[in-house]
Amino acid sequence: MARIKLTATLLASALYAAAASAAWVPEKPVEFVVASGAGGGTDTFARTVQAIIVKYKLMAAPVVVVNKGGGAGSEGFVYGSATPDDPYRVTFGTNNEYLLPFVAKMGYTVQSLVPVAGMALDEFLLWVPADSPYKDTKSFIEAAKKGEGLKMGGSQSKDTDQTLVSMISAATGAKFTYIPFKSGGEAAVQLAGGHIDSNTNNPSENIGQWKANMVRPLCVFSTEHMAAGPKVTKDMGWSDIPLCKDSGVPIPTYQMPRTVWLPAKVSPDAIAFYTAILKKVSETPEWKTYIERSSQSDRFLTGDALRAYIKQDAERAIEVFKREKWIVQ
Amino acid sequence: MENFGNLMDGFGIALSFYHLALMAAGVLLGILVGVLPGLGAPNGVSLLLPLTFTMDPVSAIILLTSMYWGALFGGSTTSILFNIPGEPSSVATTFDGYPMAQQGKATQALTLAFMSAGTGALFGVVLITALSTWVAQFALKFSSPEYFAVYLLTFASFIGMGSASPFKAVVSMMLGFACAAVGMDGVSGNVRLTFGFTALISGISFLVAVIGLFGIGELLQTMEEGLRFEGLHARINIRDVFHAIYTLPKYWVTLLRSALIGCWMGITPGGPTAASFMSYGLAKRFARNKENFGKGDPNGVIAPETADHSAGTCAILPMLALGVPGSATAAVMMGGLMIWGLTPGPMLFIERPDFVWSLIASMYLGNVMAVVLVLATVPFFAAILRIPFSIIGPMIVVVCFIGAYTIAGSTLDLWLVLPFGILGYVFKKLDYPIAPMVLAMVLGDKAEDAFRQSMIFSKGSLGIFWTNSMLVASIMTIAMLLLFWPLIGKLIGRLRRAI
Repeated sequence: MARIKLTATLLASALYAAAASAAWVPEKPVEFVVASGAGGGTDTFARTVQAIIVKYKLMAAPVVVVNKGGGAGSEGFVYGSATPDDPYRVTFGTNNEYLLPFVAKMGYTVQSLVPVAGMALDEFLLWVPADSPYKDTKSFIEAAKKGEGLKMGGSQSKDTDQTLVSMISAATGAKFTYIPFKSGGEAAVQLAGGHIDSNTNNPSENIGQWKANMVRPLCVFSTEHMAAGPKVTKDMGWSDIPLCKDSGVPIPTYQMPRTVWLPAKVSPDAIAFYTAILKKVSETPEWKTYIERSSQSDRFLTGDALRAYIKQDAERAIEVFKREKWIVQ
Repeated sequence: MENFGNLMDGFGIALSFYHLALMAAGVLLGILVGVLPGLGAPNGVSLLLPLTFTMDPVSAIILLTSMYWGALFGGSTTSILFNIPGEPSSVATTFDGYPMAQQGKATQALTLAFMSAGTGALFGVVLITALSTWVAQFALKFSSPEYFAVYLLTFASFIGMGSASPFKAVVSMMLGFACAAVGMDGVSGNVRLTFGFTALISGISFLVAVIGLFGIGELLQTMEEGLRFEGLHARINIRDVFHAIYTLPKYWVTLLRSALIGCWMGITPGGPTAASFMSYGLAKRFARNKENFGKGDPNGVIAPETADHSAGTCAILPMLALGVPGSATAAVMMGGLMIWGLTPGPMLFIERPDFVWSLIASMYLGNVMAVVLVLATVPFFAAILRIPFSIIGPMIVVVCFIGAYTIAGSTLDLWLVLPFGILGYVFKKLDYPIAPMVLAMVLGDKAEDAFRQSMIFSKGSLGIFWTNSMLVASIMTIAMLLLFWPLIGKLIGRLRRAI
């Protein structure tokens, strides 16, 4: 009897689950809107998700990736939120969704989109050219305190890199001349060529140059060491990089979330549908390979946890914006 | 000779039936997207990218690069036949290619364009083969002042080029700079000149401007002149194709100069668009009959096409060796590389020589195949010109607007085409050159970024353009000489008369 009851419950819950997941499914092609140009970190992120969805047939409807990278990514968010209840536009970004509207007048507001998932956290590191005279973070910061300071390159203006550089200056008293380039890749090459003294690139943006012994990392802005993997150069791997907070830069963590968004007024069913798909994506071996290869932190956030993360991240950045007088509102 | 051995290994991998079939498919698809204005190589390659997820990296890159070659060739076709460049880098081809087509020499123009493009591409690949290791080092020397110097050199090569008054060229160029300034400014992060249109945050796409200025502007003028289209009476004969090939060696000076410019710009990486403009400018400067330029001089087709393709091929090298894509299409391919599990950068040559060298080998094969396939289509495309203008005219309008919409899917772009069309017509009537304006729109914001980055580097001193390195000093000096050549020329003339 107990057994029959159990079977019945299982059956019922299975049916219920099926009904719940069938509440909304896409019936036409879904657009993955990438809030960056082709070839950038966000682009690779979105296309990896697309590749995994295609490989495991997680969704019956086809996926089309479109790049809308104009205006530091704002073009993507404007496009992604153009129809407030259109569940066929899924927008991929970073923390730029909730930070851009503070530093420039954009065609969308932070509330135009709802966060669906944060799928990974990209790390920030302090890099110098391989032949730089600064062997560790301390001597680097000391040098930056003297005279006119050092030249720091980064991707875009008033974006994550420049925010971090401003935080380093505020925390240590070091002086930097910030030079904005079009992308992290450009900043990486400028560093390898010795045209700038340092940059704060993500691991994937500098790994090629590090492997070739053209640049080296000083420290990582994280509370714990990065995941161990194969050695990148002869004597160093990602996990051997010191933590910035232990090396005289009192910034415990600075990370950039890889986020997925939907227009603000889509039905909860649609949000649930995409959350479930992205959860499945994050559990595949291909996703783990992507995380490992790009040396990001594997952190899957949804719902309230994601909202809390966004709130905290935004507050900290806005503090910097206020200090630097970047706020436009 | 180590490179040569590697290349032979590469050929070993690339010369399989499967890979050759992929090349043919890629080239044909590429010609198709290249011919449709607005679609272009970057879009075509990103549409094809999902297909490659399940392929191995070597086959995937062969398919994508072949499509790129095909699109580059296809882009020249529409430039010559309809004055609508399918690709930014084939804008300069319209200057003399379209007049040739109007005079009934479409077959000759197309054949010369394809043959010189093929020559340029092969020149580029040979250079990559020989210098792959050294070239990456050279590109590292480039920082913002060097970039600005290269852009300035391109701008300077367009001023005082002869036919039009240098002042008119400057006016046209300044209008272009103004258009390029619209949208978000990369250095300050502020939004400029958008007048409240959110669609303008990403700037005015210069392709929209080109479609208006050339496509619609030209149509307006043709209509005014009474719907004549001289290509109508062009006889199409396969013998013309061979005849044009036969005349190609006559232009060896232009070919060689343009290939050198192209390779240099591809590696530095100034990009194929700057290369084709600069090459056209210099071809005109060195030509004996400057008046023929803009009226259908074969040199005006050969110069930009050769430079465009040699730069396009050479641009693959910085992408592989440094992770800096030289063009929009290269950027999409680089995204692909990362998804296939490869890290572009100096180590790629050491870690995955099989990938790098089969790609280089496929560049030889793919380009030869593209030239053959595209030459076979010449009679077909030239035949389009026999269709009466009253039918082809409206079709061009439709294609123009479809093209403008496809660029970004923005309806504002459709409206922008109209004022640019009228501007193009007015420019022609008042004898203002359009080319400097387009050039400024293409390179304007890059030049501005490079200039302002240099100013941050030097804390506001212009001296950085002469002191940063020998390289930048020499480029700047050449640029200044070219820029003030009309004045210097006059001065010399006066001195002579005085004596």
